[in-house]
Amino acid sequence: MSVPKDYRYTESHEWVRIEEDNVITIGITDYAQEKLGDIVSIDLPRVGDEVERGEPVGMIDSQKASTEVFAPVSGVVLEVNELLNDDSAVINTDPYEEGWLIRIEVEDLEQIDELLSADDYEELLGKLDDEEG
Amino acid sequence: MHGHDNVRKTELFDLHVKAGGKMVPFAGFWMPVQFESIAKEHERVRTKVGLFDVSHMGEVVFRGERALSVVQRITTNNVGTVMPGKAVYTPVCLPTGGIVDDMIFYKVSDTEWFVCVNASNKDKDYQWFLRQADGECEVLDLSDSYSQIAVQGPNAPELLSRVFGDSALSMKPFTFAKKDFKGTEVILATTGYTGEKGGEIYVPNAAAVALWLELTQEGESLGVGPIGLGARDSLRLEMKYCLYGNDIDDTTTPMEAGLSWTVKFDKGDFTGRDILVRQRDEGCSRQLVTFVVEGKGIARHGYPVLVDDRQVGHVTSGTLSPTLGIAVGMAYIDRPFDAPGTKILIDIKGMKKVEARVVQPPLLKR
Repeated sequence: MSVPKDYRYTESHEWVRIEEDNVITIGITDYAQEKLGDIVSIDLPRVGDEVERGEPVGMIDSQKASTEVFAPVSGVVLEVNELLNDDSAVINTDPYEEGWLIRIEVEDLEQIDELLSADDYEELLGKLDDEEG
Repeated sequence: MHGHDNVRKTELFDLHVKAGGKMVPFAGFWMPVQFESIAKEHERVRTKVGLFDVSHMGEVVFRGERALSVVQRITTNNVGTVMPGKAVYTPVCLPTGGIVDDMIFYKVSDTEWFVCVNASNKDKDYQWFLRQADGECEVLDLSDSYSQIAVQGPNAPELLSRVFGDSALSMKPFTFAKKDFKGTEVILATTGYTGEKGGEIYVPNAAAVALWLELTQEGESLGVGPIGLGARDSLRLEMKYCLYGNDIDDTTTPMEAGLSWTVKFDKGDFTGRDILVRQRDEGCSRQLVTFVVEGKGIARHGYPVLVDDRQVGHVTSGTLSPTLGIAVGMAYIDRPFDAPGTKILIDIKGMKKVEARVVQPPLLKR
Protein backbone atom coordinates (compact mmCIF):
# COMPACT_ATOMS: atom_id res chain seq x y z
CA MET A 1 0.00 0.00 0.00
CA SER A 2 1.70 3.18 -1.12
CA VAL A 3 1.78 6.28 1.14
CA PRO A 4 3.88 9.13 -0.35
CA LYS A 5 6.01 10.79 2.34
CA ASP A 6 5.50 14.38 1.18
CA TYR A 7 1.69 14.23 1.28
CA ARG A 8 -0.64 14.83 4.23
CA TYR A 9 -3.63 12.64 5.08
CA THR A 10 -7.00 12.42 6.80
CA GLU A 11 -8.53 9.65 8.87
CA SER A 12 -11.20 9.33 6.17
CA HIS A 13 -8.50 8.38 3.63
CA GLU A 14 -8.13 11.58 1.62
CA TRP A 15 -4.65 12.83 0.73
CA VAL A 16 -3.49 16.44 0.51
CA ARG A 17 -0.57 17.77 -1.51
CA ILE A 18 0.57 21.32 -0.91
CA GLU A 19 1.15 23.01 -4.27
CA GLU A 20 2.09 26.61 -3.44
CA ASP A 21 1.32 29.06 -0.68
CA ASN A 22 -2.33 28.41 0.05
CA VAL A 23 -3.25 25.99 -2.76
CA ILE A 24 -3.65 22.27 -2.15
CA THR A 25 -4.67 19.26 -4.26
CA ILE A 26 -6.77 16.51 -2.76
CA GLY A 27 -7.50 12.93 -3.72
CA ILE A 28 -8.19 9.56 -2.14
CA THR A 29 -5.44 7.26 -0.96
CA ASP A 30 -4.24 4.00 -2.42
CA TYR A 31 -5.86 2.25 0.56
CA ALA A 32 -9.23 3.89 -0.21
CA GLN A 33 -9.18 3.02 -3.92
CA GLU A 34 -8.15 -0.55 -3.13
CA LYS A 35 -11.04 -0.92 -0.65
CA LEU A 36 -13.53 0.48 -3.16
CA GLY A 37 -12.44 -1.60 -6.12
CA ASP A 38 -13.30 -0.63 -9.70
CA ILE A 39 -14.43 3.00 -9.67
CA VAL A 40 -17.26 3.64 -12.15
CA SER A 41 -18.34 7.24 -11.53
CA ILE A 42 -17.62 10.33 -9.48
CA ASP A 43 -19.47 13.40 -8.38
CA LEU A 44 -17.36 16.45 -7.52
CA PRO A 45 -18.10 20.07 -6.56
CA ARG A 46 -17.88 22.91 -9.09
CA VAL A 47 -15.13 25.48 -9.44
CA GLY A 48 -15.96 28.34 -7.10
CA ASP A 49 -17.85 26.22 -4.59
CA GLU A 50 -16.99 26.81 -0.96
CA VAL A 51 -16.13 23.72 1.02
CA GLU A 52 -15.96 23.24 4.74
CA ARG A 53 -13.52 21.01 6.59
CA GLY A 54 -15.05 17.64 7.44
CA GLU A 55 -18.10 18.14 5.22
CA PRO A 56 -18.77 15.89 2.21
CA VAL A 57 -17.72 17.50 -1.08
CA GLY A 58 -18.18 14.62 -3.45
CA MET A 59 -19.01 11.00 -3.98
CA ILE A 60 -17.00 8.18 -5.50
CA ASP A 61 -18.91 5.15 -6.78
CA SER A 62 -17.31 1.81 -7.41
CA GLN A 63 -19.08 -1.21 -8.77
CA LYS A 64 -19.63 -2.51 -5.25
CA ALA A 65 -19.83 0.57 -3.01
CA SER A 66 -20.11 4.34 -2.81
CA THR A 67 -18.14 6.60 -0.52
CA GLU A 68 -18.20 10.29 0.29
CA VAL A 69 -15.14 12.48 -0.10
CA PHE A 70 -14.71 14.85 2.84
CA ALA A 71 -12.99 18.21 2.60
CA PRO A 72 -9.69 17.96 4.52
CA VAL A 73 -9.67 21.74 5.00
CA SER A 74 -12.02 24.65 4.38
CA GLY A 75 -11.63 26.79 1.28
CA VAL A 76 -12.77 27.46 -2.27
CA VAL A 77 -12.58 25.02 -5.18
CA LEU A 78 -10.10 26.32 -7.79
CA GLU A 79 -10.00 23.40 -10.18
CA VAL A 80 -11.68 20.01 -10.72
CA ASN A 81 -10.01 17.08 -12.45
CA GLU A 82 -12.04 16.96 -15.68
CA LEU A 83 -10.17 13.85 -16.84
CA LEU A 84 -12.18 11.83 -14.30
CA ASN A 85 -15.49 12.51 -16.06
CA ASP A 86 -14.38 10.31 -18.93
CA ASP A 87 -12.19 7.90 -17.04
CA SER A 88 -12.82 7.70 -13.30
CA ALA A 89 -10.93 4.38 -13.19
CA VAL A 90 -7.70 6.39 -13.28
CA ILE A 91 -8.27 6.86 -9.53
CA ASN A 92 -7.64 3.11 -9.22
CA THR A 93 -4.54 3.06 -11.36
CA ASP A 94 -2.92 6.32 -10.23
CA PRO A 95 -4.59 7.64 -7.05
CA TYR A 96 -1.81 10.09 -6.10
CA GLU A 97 -1.10 11.79 -9.44
CA GLU A 98 -3.47 11.51 -12.45
CA GLY A 99 -6.33 10.49 -10.17
CA TRP A 100 -6.43 13.74 -8.14
CA LEU A 101 -9.91 15.14 -7.47
CA ILE A 102 -9.93 18.88 -6.76
CA ARG A 103 -7.65 21.84 -6.02
CA ILE A 104 -8.62 24.11 -3.17
CA GLU A 105 -7.56 27.57 -2.09
CA VAL A 106 -7.14 27.14 1.63
CA GLU A 107 -8.81 29.58 3.96
CA ASP A 108 -6.80 28.87 7.09
CA LEU A 109 -3.30 27.46 6.71
CA GLU A 110 -3.32 26.15 10.26
CA GLN A 111 -5.83 23.52 9.18
CA ILE A 112 -3.13 21.93 7.03
CA ASP A 113 -0.86 21.50 10.05
CA GLU A 114 -3.62 19.56 11.76
CA LEU A 115 -3.69 16.87 9.03
CA LEU A 116 -1.95 13.53 9.50
CA SER A 117 1.64 13.06 8.37
CA ALA A 118 2.57 10.08 6.19
CA ASP A 119 3.90 8.34 9.30
CA ASP A 120 0.68 9.01 11.23
CA TYR A 121 -1.37 7.69 8.32
CA GLU A 122 0.71 4.54 7.98
CA GLU A 123 0.23 3.92 11.68
CA LEU A 124 -3.55 4.31 11.19
CA LEU A 125 -3.49 1.80 8.31
CA GLY A 126 -1.55 -0.61 10.51
CA LYS A 127 -4.30 -0.45 13.12
CA LEU A 128 -7.01 -0.93 10.50
CA ASP A 129 -5.15 -3.97 9.23
CA ASP A 130 -5.20 -5.41 12.72
CA GLU A 131 -8.93 -4.85 12.97
CA GLU A 132 -9.89 -5.93 9.49
CA GLY A 133 -7.28 -8.55 8.78
CA MET B 1 -4.08 -12.36 10.25
CA HIS B 2 -4.93 -10.44 13.40
CA GLY B 3 -8.54 -10.12 14.42
CA HIS B 4 -9.61 -12.80 11.97
CA ASP B 5 -8.26 -15.90 13.61
CA ASN B 6 -11.63 -17.61 13.40
CA VAL B 7 -12.30 -16.81 9.73
CA ARG B 8 -12.20 -20.09 7.83
CA LYS B 9 -10.93 -21.01 4.39
CA THR B 10 -12.94 -22.95 1.86
CA GLU B 11 -11.28 -25.91 0.13
CA LEU B 12 -10.73 -23.64 -2.88
CA PHE B 13 -8.99 -20.79 -1.02
CA ASP B 14 -5.51 -21.46 -2.40
CA LEU B 15 -6.83 -21.70 -5.96
CA HIS B 16 -8.58 -18.32 -5.57
CA VAL B 17 -5.43 -16.64 -4.28
CA LYS B 18 -3.45 -18.10 -7.18
CA ALA B 19 -6.08 -16.79 -9.62
CA GLY B 20 -5.69 -13.26 -8.21
CA GLY B 21 -8.82 -13.30 -6.06
CA LYS B 22 -9.25 -10.38 -3.68
CA MET B 23 -10.16 -12.22 -0.48
CA VAL B 24 -12.45 -10.70 2.14
CA PRO B 25 -14.04 -12.11 5.27
CA PHE B 26 -17.72 -12.90 4.60
CA ALA B 27 -20.06 -14.93 6.80
CA GLY B 28 -17.13 -16.51 8.60
CA PHE B 29 -15.13 -17.46 5.50
CA TRP B 30 -12.42 -15.88 3.37
CA MET B 31 -14.25 -15.39 0.09
CA PRO B 32 -13.17 -13.85 -3.22
CA VAL B 33 -15.02 -10.56 -3.76
CA GLN B 34 -13.53 -10.21 -7.22
CA PHE B 35 -10.83 -11.57 -9.49
CA GLU B 36 -10.11 -9.41 -12.54
CA SER B 37 -13.03 -7.00 -12.26
CA ILE B 38 -16.66 -7.21 -11.16
CA ALA B 39 -17.92 -5.85 -14.49
CA LYS B 40 -15.90 -8.35 -16.56
CA GLU B 41 -16.93 -11.25 -14.36
CA HIS B 42 -20.56 -10.16 -14.60
CA GLU B 43 -20.32 -10.09 -18.39
CA ARG B 44 -18.65 -13.48 -18.46
CA VAL B 45 -21.64 -15.02 -16.70
CA ARG B 46 -24.16 -13.25 -18.97
CA THR B 47 -22.37 -14.24 -22.18
CA LYS B 48 -20.23 -17.32 -21.46
CA VAL B 49 -19.91 -19.24 -18.20
CA GLY B 50 -18.55 -18.55 -14.72
CA LEU B 51 -17.59 -20.61 -11.67
CA PHE B 52 -18.57 -19.49 -8.18
CA ASP B 53 -17.21 -20.91 -4.95
CA VAL B 54 -20.25 -20.82 -2.68
CA SER B 55 -18.91 -23.28 -0.13
CA HIS B 56 -19.79 -20.85 2.64
CA MET B 57 -23.48 -21.76 2.18
CA GLY B 58 -24.96 -24.20 4.69
CA GLU B 59 -26.39 -27.66 4.03
CA VAL B 60 -28.98 -29.31 6.27
CA VAL B 61 -30.81 -32.61 5.93
CA PHE B 62 -34.29 -33.43 7.28
CA ARG B 63 -34.88 -37.15 7.50
CA GLY B 64 -37.47 -39.48 8.98
CA GLU B 65 -40.97 -40.91 8.71
CA ARG B 66 -42.49 -37.65 9.93
CA ALA B 67 -40.11 -35.31 8.10
CA LEU B 68 -42.82 -34.44 5.58
CA SER B 69 -45.04 -32.77 8.15
CA VAL B 70 -42.04 -30.97 9.65
CA VAL B 71 -40.82 -29.45 6.37
CA GLN B 72 -44.35 -28.46 5.33
CA ARG B 73 -44.90 -26.77 8.68
CA ILE B 74 -41.72 -24.66 8.64
CA THR B 75 -41.79 -23.53 4.99
CA THR B 76 -44.27 -21.32 3.11
CA ASN B 77 -43.88 -22.99 -0.29
CA ASN B 78 -44.94 -26.55 -1.07
CA VAL B 79 -41.67 -28.39 -0.57
CA GLY B 80 -43.42 -31.56 0.58
CA THR B 81 -45.70 -33.10 -2.02
CA VAL B 82 -43.62 -32.36 -5.11
CA MET B 83 -41.89 -35.24 -6.93
CA PRO B 84 -38.57 -36.50 -5.57
CA GLY B 85 -35.79 -34.82 -7.59
CA LYS B 86 -37.49 -31.42 -7.47
CA ALA B 87 -35.90 -28.27 -5.98
CA VAL B 88 -38.16 -25.66 -4.38
CA TYR B 89 -37.22 -22.11 -3.37
CA THR B 90 -38.97 -21.11 -0.15
CA PRO B 91 -38.92 -18.63 2.69
CA VAL B 92 -39.01 -19.93 6.26
CA CYS B 93 -41.05 -17.61 8.45
CA LEU B 94 -41.50 -16.64 12.07
CA PRO B 95 -45.03 -16.69 13.52
CA THR B 96 -45.00 -12.93 12.79
CA GLY B 97 -44.54 -13.61 9.07
CA GLY B 98 -41.02 -12.16 9.23
CA ILE B 99 -38.48 -14.17 7.27
CA VAL B 100 -36.00 -16.35 9.18
CA ASP B 101 -34.19 -17.13 5.93
CA ASP B 102 -34.83 -17.98 2.29
CA MET B 103 -33.49 -21.27 0.98
CA ILE B 104 -33.83 -24.15 -1.43
CA PHE B 105 -35.39 -27.47 -0.40
CA TYR B 106 -34.34 -30.47 -2.49
CA LYS B 107 -36.78 -33.37 -2.12
CA VAL B 108 -34.71 -36.55 -2.07
CA SER B 109 -37.57 -38.92 -1.15
CA ASP B 110 -40.83 -38.91 0.79
CA THR B 111 -38.77 -39.09 3.97
CA GLU B 112 -35.71 -36.94 3.16
CA TRP B 113 -35.00 -33.31 2.17
CA PHE B 114 -31.61 -31.73 1.49
CA VAL B 115 -31.63 -27.98 2.16
CA CYS B 116 -29.23 -25.19 1.18
CA VAL B 117 -29.35 -22.15 3.51
CA ASN B 118 -27.63 -18.77 3.55
CA ALA B 119 -24.12 -18.72 4.99
CA SER B 120 -24.78 -15.82 7.33
CA ASN B 121 -27.90 -17.52 8.75
CA LYS B 122 -26.63 -21.08 9.00
CA ASP B 123 -26.43 -21.38 12.78
CA LYS B 124 -29.61 -19.41 13.40
CA ASP B 125 -31.48 -21.55 10.85
CA TYR B 126 -30.23 -24.81 12.32
CA GLN B 127 -31.37 -23.83 15.81
CA TRP B 128 -34.75 -22.76 14.37
CA PHE B 129 -35.11 -26.07 12.51
CA LEU B 130 -34.30 -28.10 15.65
CA ARG B 131 -36.85 -26.16 17.67
CA GLN B 132 -39.54 -26.41 15.03
CA ALA B 133 -38.91 -30.12 14.37
CA ASP B 134 -39.11 -30.75 18.12
CA GLY B 135 -37.73 -34.26 17.76
CA GLU B 136 -40.23 -35.36 15.12
CA CYS B 137 -37.47 -36.05 12.59
CA GLU B 138 -33.71 -35.96 12.27
CA VAL B 139 -32.18 -32.57 11.44
CA LEU B 140 -28.52 -32.80 10.46
CA ASP B 141 -26.13 -29.91 9.83
CA LEU B 142 -23.83 -31.16 7.04
CA SER B 143 -22.32 -27.75 6.27
CA ASP B 144 -18.82 -28.75 7.29
CA SER B 145 -18.82 -31.75 4.94
CA TYR B 146 -19.91 -30.05 1.73
CA SER B 147 -18.36 -27.56 -0.63
CA GLN B 148 -20.53 -25.92 -3.27
CA ILE B 149 -19.64 -24.76 -6.76
CA ALA B 150 -22.10 -22.83 -8.94
CA VAL B 151 -21.68 -23.04 -12.73
CA GLN B 152 -23.71 -20.27 -14.39
CA GLY B 153 -24.03 -18.82 -17.88
CA PRO B 154 -25.30 -19.67 -21.37
CA ASN B 155 -22.40 -22.11 -21.83
CA ALA B 156 -22.97 -23.76 -18.44
CA PRO B 157 -25.15 -26.67 -19.67
CA GLU B 158 -22.46 -27.60 -22.20
CA LEU B 159 -19.75 -27.43 -19.53
CA LEU B 160 -21.80 -29.52 -17.11
CA SER B 161 -22.39 -32.13 -19.81
CA ARG B 162 -18.65 -32.32 -20.51
CA VAL B 163 -18.03 -33.11 -16.83
CA PHE B 164 -21.12 -35.14 -15.95
CA GLY B 165 -22.26 -36.58 -19.28
CA ASP B 166 -25.11 -35.76 -21.66
CA SER B 167 -27.77 -36.52 -19.07
CA ALA B 168 -26.90 -33.15 -17.49
CA LEU B 169 -28.27 -31.45 -20.63
CA SER B 170 -31.74 -32.91 -20.29
CA MET B 171 -32.29 -31.80 -16.68
CA LYS B 172 -35.19 -29.38 -16.27
CA PRO B 173 -34.75 -26.14 -14.27
CA PHE B 174 -35.03 -26.54 -10.49
CA THR B 175 -34.38 -30.27 -10.41
CA PHE B 176 -31.40 -32.24 -9.11
CA ALA B 177 -29.74 -35.60 -9.49
CA LYS B 178 -26.90 -37.54 -7.92
CA LYS B 179 -23.90 -37.74 -10.25
CA ASP B 180 -20.58 -39.50 -10.12
CA PHE B 181 -17.44 -37.39 -10.26
CA LYS B 182 -14.36 -39.62 -10.41
CA GLY B 183 -15.75 -41.99 -7.82
CA THR B 184 -17.29 -39.32 -5.57
CA GLU B 185 -21.06 -38.87 -5.38
CA VAL B 186 -22.08 -35.23 -5.89
CA ILE B 187 -25.46 -33.53 -6.13
CA LEU B 188 -25.99 -31.62 -9.37
CA ALA B 189 -28.89 -29.16 -9.18
CA THR B 190 -30.18 -26.93 -11.97
CA THR B 191 -30.57 -24.00 -9.60
CA GLY B 192 -28.73 -20.70 -9.36
CA TYR B 193 -28.70 -17.07 -8.32
CA THR B 194 -27.91 -15.29 -11.59
CA GLY B 195 -30.88 -15.84 -13.92
CA GLU B 196 -28.65 -17.77 -16.31
CA LYS B 197 -28.75 -21.44 -17.19
CA GLY B 198 -26.51 -23.82 -15.32
CA GLY B 199 -26.39 -25.41 -11.94
CA GLU B 200 -25.06 -25.71 -8.45
CA ILE B 201 -22.96 -28.70 -7.41
CA TYR B 202 -22.83 -29.95 -3.83
CA VAL B 203 -19.55 -31.82 -3.54
CA PRO B 204 -17.90 -33.51 -0.54
CA ASN B 205 -14.95 -31.35 0.58
CA ALA B 206 -12.27 -33.85 -0.43
CA ALA B 207 -13.29 -33.69 -4.11
CA ALA B 208 -13.90 -29.93 -4.34
CA VAL B 209 -10.48 -28.93 -5.68
CA ALA B 210 -10.48 -31.69 -8.30
CA LEU B 211 -13.96 -30.70 -9.47
CA TRP B 212 -13.06 -27.00 -9.71
CA LEU B 213 -9.94 -27.84 -11.72
CA GLU B 214 -11.90 -30.16 -14.01
CA LEU B 215 -14.56 -27.48 -14.63
CA THR B 216 -11.82 -24.93 -15.32
CA GLN B 217 -10.03 -27.21 -17.77
CA GLU B 218 -13.12 -28.50 -19.58
CA GLY B 219 -14.53 -24.97 -19.72
CA GLU B 220 -11.50 -23.29 -21.21
CA SER B 221 -12.86 -23.40 -24.76
CA LEU B 222 -16.22 -22.17 -23.46
CA GLY B 223 -14.74 -19.02 -21.89
CA VAL B 224 -15.01 -20.12 -18.27
CA GLY B 225 -13.52 -18.09 -15.41
CA PRO B 226 -13.86 -17.65 -11.65
CA ILE B 227 -16.48 -15.17 -10.39
CA GLY B 228 -16.39 -13.30 -7.07
CA LEU B 229 -19.12 -12.24 -4.68
CA GLY B 230 -19.21 -8.75 -6.21
CA ALA B 231 -20.54 -10.00 -9.55
CA ARG B 232 -22.75 -12.52 -7.78
CA ASP B 233 -24.48 -9.53 -6.17
CA SER B 234 -24.92 -7.48 -9.37
CA LEU B 235 -26.13 -10.57 -11.27
CA ARG B 236 -28.83 -11.42 -8.72
CA LEU B 237 -29.91 -7.78 -8.44
CA GLU B 238 -30.64 -7.56 -12.17
CA MET B 239 -33.04 -10.48 -11.66
CA LYS B 240 -34.61 -9.06 -8.47
CA TYR B 241 -33.45 -12.07 -6.49
CA CYS B 242 -33.54 -11.13 -2.82
CA LEU B 243 -30.44 -11.04 -0.65
CA TYR B 244 -31.14 -11.89 2.97
CA GLY B 245 -30.03 -9.09 5.27
CA ASN B 246 -30.48 -6.51 2.51
CA ASP B 247 -33.87 -7.01 0.88
CA ILE B 248 -35.50 -9.42 3.31
CA ASP B 249 -35.07 -10.12 7.02
CA ASP B 250 -37.12 -10.97 10.09
CA THR B 251 -39.02 -7.67 9.85
CA THR B 252 -40.19 -8.23 6.26
CA THR B 253 -42.69 -10.81 5.03
CA PRO B 254 -42.77 -12.79 1.76
CA MET B 255 -45.91 -10.88 0.74
CA GLU B 256 -44.13 -7.53 1.13
CA ALA B 257 -41.04 -8.81 -0.66
CA GLY B 258 -42.92 -9.83 -3.81
CA LEU B 259 -42.49 -13.49 -2.91
CA SER B 260 -46.22 -14.31 -2.66
CA TRP B 261 -45.65 -16.93 -5.39
CA THR B 262 -43.64 -18.88 -2.78
CA VAL B 263 -46.53 -18.91 -0.29
CA LYS B 264 -48.93 -21.84 -0.82
CA PHE B 265 -51.96 -21.21 1.37
CA ASP B 266 -53.67 -24.44 0.30
CA LYS B 267 -50.96 -26.78 1.58
CA GLY B 268 -52.17 -26.80 5.20
CA ASP B 269 -50.98 -24.91 8.24
CA PHE B 270 -47.48 -23.48 8.41
CA THR B 271 -45.61 -21.04 10.61
CA GLY B 272 -46.57 -17.45 9.81
CA ARG B 273 -49.69 -18.41 7.84
CA ASP B 274 -52.18 -16.25 9.78
CA ILE B 275 -50.33 -13.01 9.18
CA LEU B 276 -49.63 -13.87 5.54
CA VAL B 277 -53.33 -14.66 4.93
CA ARG B 278 -54.22 -11.26 6.35
CA GLN B 279 -51.67 -9.54 4.11
CA ARG B 280 -53.00 -11.46 1.10
CA ASP B 281 -56.59 -10.39 1.84
CA GLU B 282 -55.95 -6.83 2.97
CA GLY B 283 -52.83 -6.06 0.97
CA CYS B 284 -49.50 -4.93 2.36
CA SER B 285 -48.75 -1.37 3.38
CA ARG B 286 -45.47 -1.54 1.44
CA GLN B 287 -43.87 -3.55 -1.34
CA LEU B 288 -40.36 -4.40 -2.42
CA VAL B 289 -40.00 -2.84 -5.86
CA THR B 290 -37.37 -2.58 -8.56
CA PHE B 291 -36.31 0.89 -9.70
CA VAL B 292 -34.01 2.48 -12.24
CA VAL B 293 -32.09 5.66 -11.47
CA GLU B 294 -32.68 8.33 -14.12
CA GLY B 295 -30.42 11.01 -12.64
CA LYS B 296 -26.70 10.76 -11.94
CA GLY B 297 -25.77 8.62 -8.97
CA ILE B 298 -25.89 5.11 -7.59
CA ALA B 299 -28.48 4.17 -4.96
CA ARG B 300 -27.21 2.07 -2.06
CA HIS B 301 -28.67 0.10 0.84
CA GLY B 302 -30.37 2.36 3.39
CA TYR B 303 -30.83 5.49 1.25
CA PRO B 304 -34.24 7.17 1.81
CA VAL B 305 -36.84 7.16 -0.98
CA LEU B 306 -38.90 10.35 -1.30
CA VAL B 307 -42.06 11.47 -3.06
CA ASP B 308 -43.02 15.15 -2.75
CA ASP B 309 -40.30 15.68 -0.13
CA ARG B 310 -41.82 13.00 2.11
CA GLN B 311 -40.04 9.74 2.84
CA VAL B 312 -42.05 6.81 1.45
CA GLY B 313 -39.48 4.06 1.74
CA HIS B 314 -35.85 3.04 1.63
CA VAL B 315 -33.41 1.39 -0.73
CA THR B 316 -32.47 -2.19 0.15
CA SER B 317 -29.98 -2.95 -2.65
CA GLY B 318 -28.45 -0.86 -5.39
CA THR B 319 -25.69 -1.00 -7.93
CA LEU B 320 -24.65 0.02 -11.41
CA SER B 321 -26.11 -2.69 -13.64
CA PRO B 322 -23.17 -3.93 -15.72
CA THR B 323 -25.55 -5.33 -18.37
CA LEU B 324 -27.75 -2.23 -18.72
CA GLY B 325 -25.14 0.40 -17.90
CA ILE B 326 -27.55 2.24 -15.60
CA ALA B 327 -27.93 2.42 -11.83
CA VAL B 328 -30.68 0.12 -10.57
CA GLY B 329 -31.92 -1.17 -7.27
CA MET B 330 -34.63 -2.48 -4.99
CA ALA B 331 -36.57 -0.58 -2.34
CA TYR B 332 -39.47 -0.99 0.07
CA ILE B 333 -41.98 1.67 -0.88
CA ASP B 334 -45.31 2.50 0.79
CA ARG B 335 -48.53 2.12 -1.15
CA PRO B 336 -49.52 3.65 -3.54
CA PHE B 337 -46.07 4.82 -4.58
CA ASP B 338 -44.96 1.23 -5.27
CA ALA B 339 -46.79 1.14 -8.62
CA PRO B 340 -44.59 0.69 -11.72
CA GLY B 341 -44.04 4.03 -13.44
CA THR B 342 -44.05 6.05 -10.20
CA LYS B 343 -41.41 8.76 -10.12
CA ILE B 344 -39.39 8.74 -6.91
CA LEU B 345 -36.40 10.63 -5.56
CA ILE B 346 -33.48 8.94 -3.84
CA ASP B 347 -31.64 10.90 -1.19
CA ILE B 348 -27.92 10.26 -1.61
CA LYS B 349 -26.36 10.90 1.80
CA GLY B 350 -28.12 14.26 2.08
CA MET B 351 -25.82 15.56 -0.66
CA LYS B 352 -28.32 15.39 -3.48
CA LYS B 353 -31.61 13.85 -4.57
CA VAL B 354 -31.62 11.88 -7.79
CA GLU B 355 -34.66 10.97 -9.88
CA ALA B 356 -35.62 7.34 -10.23
CA ARG B 357 -38.61 5.37 -11.49
CA VAL B 358 -40.34 2.25 -10.21
CA VAL B 359 -40.29 -0.46 -12.92
CA GLN B 360 -41.75 -3.90 -13.42
CA PRO B 361 -39.14 -6.57 -12.55
CA PRO B 362 -37.04 -8.27 -13.67
CA LEU B 363 -34.72 -5.81 -15.37
CA LEU B 364 -33.49 -8.53 -17.69
CA LYS B 365 -35.62 -11.08 -19.48
CA ARG B 366 -34.13 -14.54 -19.22
